[in-house]
Amino acid sequence: MKILALAKHVPESTTNIKVKADGSGIETVGVKFVMNPFCEFAVEEALRIREKNAAAGIEVTVLTLGPAAAADVVRTAYAMGADQGVHLCDDAFTSIDEIAAARTIAAAIKSRGFDLIIAGKHAIDYDSGQVGPALAECLGWPHVGAVVAIEWAADMKSMTVRRRIEGAEEVVNIKLPCLLTCEKGLNEARYPSLPGLMKAKKKPIETLNLAAVGVAQADIASATKMGEFAPPPPRPPGRMLKGSPEEMAKELARILREEEKLI
Amino acid sequence: MESPNVHDFYDTRALLSDEERQVQDMVRRFVDEKVLPVIAHAFEEHRFPKELIPTIAEMGLLGCNLEGYDCPGLNNVSYGLICQELERGDSGIRSFVSVQGSLCMYPIHAYGTEEQKKKWLPQMHRGRVIGCFGLTEPDGGSDPGTMKTHAKKQGGDWVINGAKMWITNGTIADIAIVWASTDEGVRGFIIEKGMPGYTSRDILRKMSLRASVTSELFFENVRVPEASRLPKAAGLGGPLSCLTQARYGITWGAIGAAEACLDEALTFTKQRVLFGRPLSHTQTIQRRLADCVRRITAAKLMSLQLGRLKDAGKLHHSQVSLAKWNNVRMGLDIARDCRDILGAGGISVECCPIRHMLNLESVITYEGTETIHELVVGREITGHPAF
Repeated sequence: MKILALAKHVPESTTNIKVKADGSGIETVGVKFVMNPFCEFAVEEALRIREKNAAAGIEVTVLTLGPAAAADVVRTAYAMGADQGVHLCDDAFTSIDEIAAARTIAAAIKSRGFDLIIAGKHAIDYDSGQVGPALAECLGWPHVGAVVAIEWAADMKSMTVRRRIEGAEEVVNIKLPCLLTCEKGLNEARYPSLPGLMKAKKKPIETLNLAAVGVAQADIASATKMGEFAPPPPRPPGRMLKGSPEEMAKELARILREEEKLI
Repeated sequence: MESPNVHDFYDTRALLSDEERQVQDMVRRFVDEKVLPVIAHAFEEHRFPKELIPTIAEMGLLGCNLEGYDCPGLNNVSYGLICQELERGDSGIRSFVSVQGSLCMYPIHAYGTEEQKKKWLPQMHRGRVIGCFGLTEPDGGSDPGTMKTHAKKQGGDWVINGAKMWITNGTIADIAIVWASTDEGVRGFIIEKGMPGYTSRDILRKMSLRASVTSELFFENVRVPEASRLPKAAGLGGPLSCLTQARYGITWGAIGAAEACLDEALTFTKQRVLFGRPLSHTQTIQRRLADCVRRITAAKLMSLQLGRLKDAGKLHHSQVSLAKWNNVRMGLDIARDCRDILGAGGISVECCPIRHMLNLESVITYEGTETIHELVVGREITGHPAF
């Protein structure tokens, strides 16, 4: 079986995000980028499937689409134990939208014979959660999103997965080939290991540009465009009421009734 | 020009290789996610969080700067950064890793036979065999030449009698690297748990390194085969070279502890309002915080250059002494000052400075007291030992 895990290079969750002065994006200088935590679950799950079926010769490939620096997530995946790494990197991929990204990935992997693709439920940068399902559509594969548990059939050709939905869990039977996106709770991702890190440094990463992916720029034209980035407006300062407790209570009731119309 | 980063005022990260930065980030994350959530409680309970050992081992931190025998062979700067990040969590966790790697795996690697290396190092790297290091004795540690523990040759074996004290990992260790005087001088032995006559017990009621196991070891006619002796270690140079390795890591560790304290003090002083303004807006507090940054920055540059010297094979042990003295003193002073800056809340284990402060009282004493390191440097610059 060949498993593909998708991994995205995103700003660390504790990063203080600053919008560029011209509103064209976020300031990346001095920002620490890491593997998207939901993608870590995807890589982890792929590795666990390989480890639990050690005799089956399962191969885990990790793919990222992003700027040159995104190669770091492939190295992180290598340090966790991934076998192969692919990095889709071209100026033409800058600012492409989710559907275009899915098309690009689909083109890059179509002749590689993957049986299972695992992705994060969403990436913590733009939070759109579309690349996984869109990729499944591009490939004509079924997909299950927000998976929290996987139970494999004995023949390893199908599985029963649980996905989290509002107030309940949905149980879905699905056959390979298919695409799953991971929800928090599916597993706890391992830390990369030092020997893994050392090996990762020497392991080649297959870097593919637009031509190597084999798509025309027109095929990956984005249907959507980022208009402008703007920081959230600052919160207006609170109002302090003055006077005796009775006066303040009266004033508060008046504000809630007449100004805010809440009561 | 942009303002320097408070946490790295001289941008020392820029002096690291990609790999060194990755190693630091990886251990930093482990400490944030696994150590910090449990460490205050463990300290309070006087308990070493043993449950962290498997993850520490899986990450490959044990004996990480040794070559071969399944060890990753990292450079010494990376090893230092690991110590720094671990001690940002707690000195007890860093001590565990220091003892396993620098004090137990290192002597086997440097002084052991091929059989000993093959038998122990891969297992120790994986955390399946835990080691402890027995040099200090109940009657003192600064003058190990007068140790009372002795080994006598009987037939092909050695018979060991004596006691060791203040031994990190003692009761949880599967093997002890024990130094004993013999007719031919000091020799090192690998003593295994369960060998008749070898017992250990924990030292309780410590006010420092509470999240670490500290023990006493007793040897009563412990019979050890010649095959368990470290054949390439002759004289005090053996154990002292191990201590140089561990002290090197400590110079980095103290930086991590100091950073953790400063972090908490900085956050607190920005929030705490006194006499109508945040504490951080006052001269007295700014001078103290600036002093923390000054000393941390100097310590970082010192350890980094020490690591580069070590990686180039040009390290003299007195240089390690200078940094151990400087950096641990720095860490202890900063921890004490940050404890004070935090006011009444600073006496709670909920705030890290008092924990680091108490820990560093051990760190400044073990692996060569501050005075001993001053005298090592003094001897180096005058040519006269004054111990």
